[in-house]
Amino acid sequence: MAKIKVVQYINQFFAQIGGEEMADYKPELRQGPVGPGLAFNAAFGEDAEIVATVICGDSYYNENLDEAKATVVEMVKSCGADMFIAGPAFNAGRYGVACGSICEEVKNKLGMPVLTGMYVENPGADMYKNSVYIVETKNSAAGMRDAVKKMAPLALKLARGEKIGASAEEGYFPNGIRKNFFEKERGSKRAVDMLLKKLAGKPFTTEYPMPDFDRVAPNPAVKDITKATIALVTSGGIVPKGNPDHIEASSASKYGKYDIEGVMDLTADTYETAHGGYDPVYANADADRVLPVDVLREFEKEGKIGKLFRYFYTTVGNGTSVKNAKGFAAEYAIELKNAGVDAVILTST
Amino acid sequence: MVKEIERVGIPVVHICTVTPISLTVGANRIVPAIAIPHPLGNPALSLEEEKAIRRRILTTALKALSTEVTDQTIFDN
Repeated sequence: MAKIKVVQYINQFFAQIGGEEMADYKPELRQGPVGPGLAFNAAFGEDAEIVATVICGDSYYNENLDEAKATVVEMVKSCGADMFIAGPAFNAGRYGVACGSICEEVKNKLGMPVLTGMYVENPGADMYKNSVYIVETKNSAAGMRDAVKKMAPLALKLARGEKIGASAEEGYFPNGIRKNFFEKERGSKRAVDMLLKKLAGKPFTTEYPMPDFDRVAPNPAVKDITKATIALVTSGGIVPKGNPDHIEASSASKYGKYDIEGVMDLTADTYETAHGGYDPVYANADADRVLPVDVLREFEKEGKIGKLFRYFYTTVGNGTSVKNAKGFAAEYAIELKNAGVDAVILTST
Repeated sequence: MVKEIERVGIPVVHICTVTPISLTVGANRIVPAIAIPHPLGNPALSLEEEKAIRRRILTTALKALSTEVTDQTIFDN
């Protein structure tokens, strides 16, 4: 049997073109495997091979969604392949969203089987797990070997049109599709076993996880914005020059609270970004591009708002765990509330 | 973070470029931004033009905060 032909989508980083400064890289088609494709080829052995690789910058894809999708689909089409793999993206947010989005597009437009992989907290996982197969990976590229081990066999099955097992067996995120099968033991026994484990404080696996709908209802609108105290918060990592609290460039373990009393404008000499997940050139040159203190001061003067709150809160939203981010905000939200802040403007990069 | 702020009872508007992520995360009032590395600016323009963009986005943000919503809403500039 002829080898299955696979096309892989990767970002500028995994193609070793560059980091954030190259995140605007436009889609490029290369023959053969690039970067992670080598590990996939090794895992495929004689069964399949990566015939071509599409490389695209993460920012380019997300900022030019329609154009990027159309270009990449044309590139994939021109390869005449049997299977499409994107990523794995691990915990890289924009990359994960791009992988999920392009898989969905290739599947819908070209009718090809598709597969991607990412970490459970990657926003792309929640967004696309019901439309395409997404293998659960670790949160960083150190988990590449593990990801390839799970993705390669599933890719072969998909390409051959074989029956795909349940999510727990194949390692993909549950996609809402139920498979009927016979358990070895009857329900009453399984339930009692589970209860005994629970009583004994031992780990057990539920057969029916409750959906996690963490939604907070919107608060009522601000009655009179011209009298309101407004606070600025950002995940874009804006800090006083020198990053006095050493907020980490990625996987932040803390947030900063900084006094902007009397500060009318953020300048290159006074503020910068600590964020390691986007090209910092523009924010370092003028941090108002991320944390718009200058215009809010003008609004204050013009009476468009009551006042800008004396402190801003900041952290780096780059591979930072949901648990940490939630913890930071739960803490400073109470401070904001107690300080009588009426509304918050939160900016993200 | 938007949810935790909303949870204590403060209305919050999320200004971001990749709005689908904001929707997934659960922001209720969302205003689209310019680009990932410069959400409220555009280095290709003059400083005055950039500021005009920033004013426009923030004016939309204030409008979002002053508007009653029952569900997740994107306020286009």
